[in-house]
Amino acid sequence: MTILVVAEHDNASLKGATLNTISAAAKLGGDVVVLVAGAGAVAAVEAAAKVAGVAKVLSVDSAAFADLGAENLAAQVLAVVKAAGGAISHVLAPATTFGKNVLPRVAALLDVAQISEIVAIESADTFVRPIYAGNALATVKSADPVKVITVRTTAFEAAGEGGAVAVEQVAAAGDLGLSKLVGRELTKSARPELGAAKIIVSGGRGMGSGENYQKVLEPLADKIGAALGASRAAVDAGYVPNDYQVGQTGKIVAPQLYIAVGISGAIQHLAGMKDSKVIVAINKDPEAPIFQVADYGLVADLFEAVPQLVAAV
Amino acid sequence: MKILVPVKRVVDYNVKVRVKSDGSGVDTANVKMSMNPFDEIAVEEAVRLKEAGVATEVVAVSCGVGACQETLRTAMAIGADRGILVETDVDLQPLAVAKLLKALCDKEQPQVVICGKQAIDDDANQTGQMLSALMGWPQATFASKVAVSAGKATVTREIDGGLETLEISLPAVVSTDLRLNEPRYATLPNIMKAKKKPLETVKPADLGVDVTPRLTTIKVAEPAKRSAGVMVADVAQLVEKLKNEAKVL
Ligand SMILES: Cc1cc2nc3c(=O)[nH]c(=O)nc-3n(C[C@H](O)[C@H](O)[C@H](O)COP(=O)(O)OP(=O)(O)OC[C@H]3O[C@@H](n4cnc5c(N)ncnc54)[C@H](O)[C@@H]3O)c2cc1C
Repeated sequence: MTILVVAEHDNASLKGATLNTISAAAKLGGDVVVLVAGAGAVAAVEAAAKVAGVAKVLSVDSAAFADLGAENLAAQVLAVVKAAGGAISHVLAPATTFGKNVLPRVAALLDVAQISEIVAIESADTFVRPIYAGNALATVKSADPVKVITVRTTAFEAAGEGGAVAVEQVAAAGDLGLSKLVGRELTKSARPELGAAKIIVSGGRGMGSGENYQKVLEPLADKIGAALGASRAAVDAGYVPNDYQVGQTGKIVAPQLYIAVGISGAIQHLAGMKDSKVIVAINKDPEAPIFQVADYGLVADLFEAVPQLVAAV
Repeated sequence: MKILVPVKRVVDYNVKVRVKSDGSGVDTANVKMSMNPFDEIAVEEAVRLKEAGVATEVVAVSCGVGACQETLRTAMAIGADRGILVETDVDLQPLAVAKLLKALCDKEQPQVVICGKQAIDDDANQTGQMLSALMGWPQATFASKVAVSAGKATVTREIDGGLETLEISLPAVVSTDLRLNEPRYATLPNIMKAKKKPLETVKPADLGVDVTPRLTTIKVAEPAKRSAGVMVADVAQLVEKLKNEAKVL
């Protein structure tokens, strides 16, 4: 039994989400093989070879993967699975926008179901996954010969470093030429990444404006070394970029401490943060649903409370 | 140019679902059902492309029980020209839906399929990508901006690090994210007009598609509840608790 992990990287470095996916793969009890399909992604290949629990790394280097487009990547994964002649029992990727983009394509090409965003592994064919914005957990069993799975990264620890394993070069499946990258606008920040942060300070519509968001929340985040997040309402209103959104349809986070400021606590928002270890809510409305999941609730005007908090920590 | 828009009937996003006591699923009896919000955005985008003179026809498709007709009528009230219901009582999984849509794409020959990025019931986020793979077409998922012209589409996508813009050849599949547009409210006259628009019903067997589920749900459970928290009187008490009780600062 071989478990193929499709590595997420940006052709420079290996993304942290890959490490959580490798831990999930290791729980299945087979040889974990990591596929790094990239263009000049040498550092990512080297990093993958050093991850504990990995048996082998497959490296495919081709300009076809320069944009990391789903079409070429899925075709490559299919080629690798076919070449293994039935040895590959599982294909895993993180449930990030990368994995969600590529893996359903792989599943369709293999004519198998895809199992989205698993949070637990019961056995090699049975998995637990949230449905209805995390208001229910479904245990599903797959009858397909290959299980194609995306992994919720917050549910599995990041794999550590081990010894370096062998890297095998694999021939590229080719360029389908269906899609071309025009450009990327990536948010640059010196703060920790939302998905990996130990502390997150998140702002909602209560912030009132992008300027307020910056003026009020950034000093707090700076002082306690937190990442910044937001509700959908704050993103929709243009206070912050889209990649700040936490929730059912944004990022799923589970930090040690989540501080929700001016966020009401809609189920779609809770879906993204209710597995945080400690939740703090600051809201002026004592009836706000966020208080039902908060460990510590403070009914206060955020424009007074947050500056006080900055001074006190 | 024809646009095909798949729409799903789901439990309304305002409903807090309850897990059935026998663990067989969630209770959907007597619960408000609506069009999946992402699909509404998809219909709106297609209708806007038609209003802009880019598209000539918008066809809405729904797969599922007979009541999905209501969902199709909603799509037609927003502005879709006609509806196709693929009727079945089988619990449809994304791969089956993608195959049904493939059969309809083979027949209808749309240039663009615009679908929601995920349905808010099963939260799968698969169908668009699967359809695109089965057709051998390009895909642009999680779209927040779409421009269509002469055989290609330029799509801005919401990704984990920010935004990405792709140029894809047509035909193609686009899946919508929340910020693509704000769907209009269907007006009463348009709701009335929608009742007269053509709605065709077919069965999976007519399309030659086997929709047998590949995944079996063994049980559905409620997630662990968080233990009750406390309200603090002021910032000083909050900081004290975070430092000494929770030990997270
Ligand atoms: C399909 C779908 C998907 C969605 N996905 C997501 C998602 O992924 N993530 C997400 O977050 N939402 C999502 N939503 C939206 C969600 O339903 C809510 O609309 C949203 O989370 C509300 O954001 P909010 O709490 O910032 O705003 P509001 O609900 O408007 O709450 C603002 C809060 O700020 C408080 N406030 C105002 N001023 C102050 C002040 N001065 N001091 C203190 N408190 C103050 C108010 O009391 C209020 O509780 C989704 C919705 C749909 C339909």
